[in-house]
Amino acid sequence: MSMRNNKNSTQKMTIAESLRLTIQQEMERDKKVFCIGEDIGIKGGFGGAFTVTLGLSEQFGHERILDTPISETGIAGVAIGAALSGMRPIADVQYSDFLFCAMDQLVNQAAKLRFMSGGKLKVPMVMRAPGGATTRGSQHSQSLESYFLHVPGLKVVCPSTAYDAKGLLTAAIRDDSPVLFFEHKLLYGSKGNRAEKGSISPVGEVPLYDYTIPFGKAKIRKKGKDVTILGKLRSVYTALEASKILDQHTISCEVIDPRTIVPFDSKLLFNSVKKTGRLVIVDECTKTGGWAGEISALVQENIFKYLKKPVVRVTAPDTPVPFAPKLENFFIPQAKDVVKEVLKLF
Amino acid sequence: MNKKLLLSMHRKMLTIRLFEEKLNSLFLQGQIPGTLHLYNGQEACAVGVCENLNDKDWILSTHRPHGHAIAKGVSLQSMMAELFAKETGCCGGFGGSMHVGDINKGSVPAIAIVGGNIPIATGVALSFKMQKRKNVVCCFLGDGAINEGAFHEGVNMASIWGLPLIFVCENNLYGASTRIENMIGVEKLTDRLKGYGVKSFSVDGMDVTKVYTMINNLIKKIKFGQGPFFLECKTYRFVGHSRSDTNKYRQKSEEIFWKKKDPIIRIEKKLVKEKILDTLSIDKIHEEIKHELNQAVKFAKSSPHPKILNMKKYVYA
Ligand SMILES: Cc1ncc(C[n+]2csc(CCOP(=O)(O)OP(=O)(O)O)c2C)c(N)n1
Ligand SMILES: [Mg+2]
Repeated sequence: MSMRNNKNSTQKMTIAESLRLTIQQEMERDKKVFCIGEDIGIKGGFGGAFTVTLGLSEQFGHERILDTPISETGIAGVAIGAALSGMRPIADVQYSDFLFCAMDQLVNQAAKLRFMSGGKLKVPMVMRAPGGATTRGSQHSQSLESYFLHVPGLKVVCPSTAYDAKGLLTAAIRDDSPVLFFEHKLLYGSKGNRAEKGSISPVGEVPLYDYTIPFGKAKIRKKGKDVTILGKLRSVYTALEASKILDQHTISCEVIDPRTIVPFDSKLLFNSVKKTGRLVIVDECTKTGGWAGEISALVQENIFKYLKKPVVRVTAPDTPVPFAPKLENFFIPQAKDVVKEVLKLF
Repeated sequence: MNKKLLLSMHRKMLTIRLFEEKLNSLFLQGQIPGTLHLYNGQEACAVGVCENLNDKDWILSTHRPHGHAIAKGVSLQSMMAELFAKETGCCGGFGGSMHVGDINKGSVPAIAIVGGNIPIATGVALSFKMQKRKNVVCCFLGDGAINEGAFHEGVNMASIWGLPLIFVCENNLYGASTRIENMIGVEKLTDRLKGYGVKSFSVDGMDVTKVYTMINNLIKKIKFGQGPFFLECKTYRFVGHSRSDTNKYRQKSEEIFWKKKDPIIRIEKKLVKEKILDTLSIDKIHEEIKHELNQAVKFAKSSPHPKILNMKKYVYA
């Protein structure tokens, strides 16, 4: 079933398909890799909340695609225990919001066991978590990356393309530290009755061979010279959309996708901001205490003298995610919001 | 069981069924945003429980809350408006399908984190006891919720403090695609409760009269200072877990077996047999409810959208 032998070939696929292929290939490569989560391998079921593990239990059996009770503390804790003792679990929660149910295991345990043991233990686990608002209300819509940024010991990954999804998940599985792997519901490209309204669903060429994308290497999605726009996950596309509109105003935007926010590629960002002198950060996390604020501080601490204007944050407001689509659209930063803020800088 | 009670329970169950049928067709036409977890098939549980409660008794609900809220008396107009994401909705358009409820009716806006409502229910019951209120709390939960840590903590605390609380577990055999029997290490899920010193009972959740009678007895015991209790209602959802689910993990024969127990057909047969209603008058009730629902849809459609300005207003009290 694996297509690993087609060394040079690539295939067009969605992020959901790219993630599925990655898990399949890593499980074929390494017997220690297994999946654990709710509704991930049931026959006739969903393959996880967004189809990523669909079909994998048929190839690998239910021992390696391990369906659990609805027990997020348990899922995280079991993954940690297995990781401590020789396995490489890929755990998942159906919606990133449920990470809060597993917070002690993730923050007090996974993040700290290596440190507390004086470097003797390691916890090579991945926790996959779908985030982003899709009119499901306050408890199924949050973007939580910023929470985990604040936890030393956890790496935080945010893929925005099908190519990156594979390279980054492969790297995450092989990493010896716990990795929080955030996926955006509107980027999956899940099909049929799992399709999400309002999806962007980027489809891209994904190599069938084995490759990794090292953590802490950002990517310039669009070259420009007047202003740097930094965004992760779906905000990359919001930034790109804004940059197209700004082209018409003859403002040339450089759009940067960090790909991982812990570790963060400050070098690439600094080089861009040194050139443009302006930085706008777009993020679906709420504003206060979030990633955008952290980057803003980092930039002014290090390259203050290059800044022509104050750093701008275009984020969700400090409220829970509302249900009504009209309010949700207001909550999520849109391209027009980015355009408005960028125009103020000129 | 008296005639008035039977008629009332029939009308409520039917209202829930028709409300959701309407909802589903509106959803499929793209008129309703978000997702839906339909209650179709489980109506006897909500109605059999809530028919015993008044507005000062509280219920806590789940991601599948429409039936609970309607049974507790939340208005159809405010429910429909909520699903249409309108300002006149029971949560002002801020909650959506998974969070309906109206505290004035003792229906706490529903909680969609599985198990998350359970310790909260314990807290409400504790507060009732502290304030010497004579009311009871009913906490709805699915079979899947009994595997959350929150369940175990909430149930144990209710037990040690002897609270006026009934955990109503609607065992529809599945949590999403997962069969509960594969996810517990005991034979029956009620075996769990022994470990907490909570008396548990099971009832045919497809028969509203049985659910009603059981809850009625448990409430009497609570008034004598006993409690908490756990009631398993054996039931089945006739439709998918959520909007996109086509139930491929279930056997057709199992679905047919349970559909034969349709709680609404069952009570309608009883009403006819006991000569309380005839088929004509049943049809008339169907029409009356449909009319009410059309009115609710009109109300929802003509209501204003919620205001962005109010977003900040509702974050802190
Ligand atoms: C903490 C948490 N984990 C997972 C989910 C996703 N989820 C929503 S409903 C559901 C199944 C619930 O099963 P059950 O409790 O039996 O209720 P039912 O859907 O059968 O009414 C799951 C896994 C959730 N909402 N909250
Ligand atoms: Mg269930």
